[in-house]
Amino acid sequence: MKRLNKELFITSLCLLIFTTTVFAGELVIKGSTTVLPIAQKAAEAYMAENPDVKISLSGGGSGNGIKAIIDGTAHIGNASRFIKQKEVNLANTKGVYPVPFRVALDAIVPVVNPKNTVADLSMTQLKEIYLGRIKDWKEVGGTPGEIVVISRDSSSGTFGVWKDLVMTKERVIPSALTVPSNGGIVQAVAKTPGAIGYVGLGYLTPEIKTVKVDGVSGTEENTLNGSFPIARGLFMFTKGWPKGDTMSFISFILSKKGQALVQEAGSIPLF
Amino acid sequence: MKRQHIDKTVQSGFLLVALFSITVLLLIMVFLFIEGLPILDHISVKEFIFGKYWYPTDDPADFGIFALILGSVCVTLLSGLMAIPLGIMTAVYLAEIASPRVAEIVKPIVELMASMPSVVIGFFGMAVVAPFIQELFDIPVGLNMFNASLMLAFMAIPTICSISEDAVFSVPTALKEASFALGATHFETIVKVVIPASLSGICTAVILGLSRAIGETMVVLMAAGGAAMIPGSIFDPVRPLPASIAAEMAEAPFRSEHYHALFAIGIVLFVFTFIFNLIADYISHKFRQVGEASL
Repeated sequence: MKRLNKELFITSLCLLIFTTTVFAGELVIKGSTTVLPIAQKAAEAYMAENPDVKISLSGGGSGNGIKAIIDGTAHIGNASRFIKQKEVNLANTKGVYPVPFRVALDAIVPVVNPKNTVADLSMTQLKEIYLGRIKDWKEVGGTPGEIVVISRDSSSGTFGVWKDLVMTKERVIPSALTVPSNGGIVQAVAKTPGAIGYVGLGYLTPEIKTVKVDGVSGTEENTLNGSFPIARGLFMFTKGWPKGDTMSFISFILSKKGQALVQEAGSIPLF
Repeated sequence: MKRQHIDKTVQSGFLLVALFSITVLLLIMVFLFIEGLPILDHISVKEFIFGKYWYPTDDPADFGIFALILGSVCVTLLSGLMAIPLGIMTAVYLAEIASPRVAEIVKPIVELMASMPSVVIGFFGMAVVAPFIQELFDIPVGLNMFNASLMLAFMAIPTICSISEDAVFSVPTALKEASFALGATHFETIVKVVIPASLSGICTAVILGLSRAIGETMVVLMAAGGAAMIPGSIFDPVRPLPASIAAEMAEAPFRSEHYHALFAIGIVLFVFTFIFNLIADYISHKFRQVGEASL
């Protein structure tokens, strides 16, 4: 019992330390939870190659990542969006010049049941469906039947992309089913004839049918050439042009090896 | 060592173990409140409990859990409607009617049902029951309140059944014999003597079964559909309280409003199960069958 007690104590202490304070290591990375898996994989591989470099990594969202760069509390700020004008202005008043590095791409594809005849939806139609204004497939040229809207949990990065790019700040209807994972969406859409959902590019299976968006099919190629609309770049920001360890870490992510890790983390590599 | 010393050592040893587990539980409770209460800096209790919209990651965010509470309550009640009659009737059958040989086989099977992992039941609901009820009732989606309630009923039946069975079984034979002696049939004896005599045990069984259903996470996460809406029919998807915590906690930024709101949901859930257990405790003390004279 005593040993268990001790173990419990140590575990909780570790958790406490890891979650509350980021010790000033040699390289501090903060920001978007979408970029986190990429940064995590890259940091592990980088630290294995360079044992003298200590990287501490935490989430907190894109806004926090960029704020950390401006305040100087992190060397690298992750963001799943580009910097906003307001943030640029704030940086300028503090004499900071944030430099963006696009490290990966992220694309989300709308999917329906294979029995569904709809093959193409516009961004507006997708938005109207998720707002609950379009309720029946016949309104978008399909066979009549209720549309079952399936979404991801509001905390997920995939939902974040969908909200930013498709919903443009408006709210997904409360009656939308929410599923905790990409795999769950595939499962639910495959079993429900009237369903529509969305998944990351890496999760497509033959059990579900992809829908073109504004006539463009969601493929890695169309994401890379910029024609697929539900895609975005994932960024790492640095305070001024990076030097030393920061520079070599960014170069590592942009190298062939780093981009392979991007793919492993479920995003689209740049090349 | 003297015998008295051994006795003392063993006694204090057990005391320590008991204190340890109670302290840990107490600390968890304290932690729950420390992490949950700060949400009240952002919204009032009324807005939190009765707010209709749960959009925790929007800017500005909405932290109304009324739809989630309603989801939990509806799922629990509906599963109760299915599980209580089945559980109690099975218990009465096993204790009163079934031949000892049948009871010997059926009882372990019911108890085996209780050991079914909830994730298996949830997966069964999602992969097998959902498409089935979708076809059967011709509804657009099978992941809904009805599906989740059905699965929860499966989980509550063994609890309700085995505790009520003990209660029914422990009704003194003299009571039943007296009833038979007055000319009552077996059925009349069960309805008018045996069940009233074991009522406190049956109530405890029901409440423990329901509190298992309200706190169950995996099943509702997988089978209830997860829509944070106020349900209009039993075939609407719902998002019970535990499902929200399980789905969102991993991604909620540490010590953010969302994080505190999820802990506050934990407090609400704790209050629910706490009240359930208080009622169970009260009933089992108040209506306890003491000997044959008290009926």
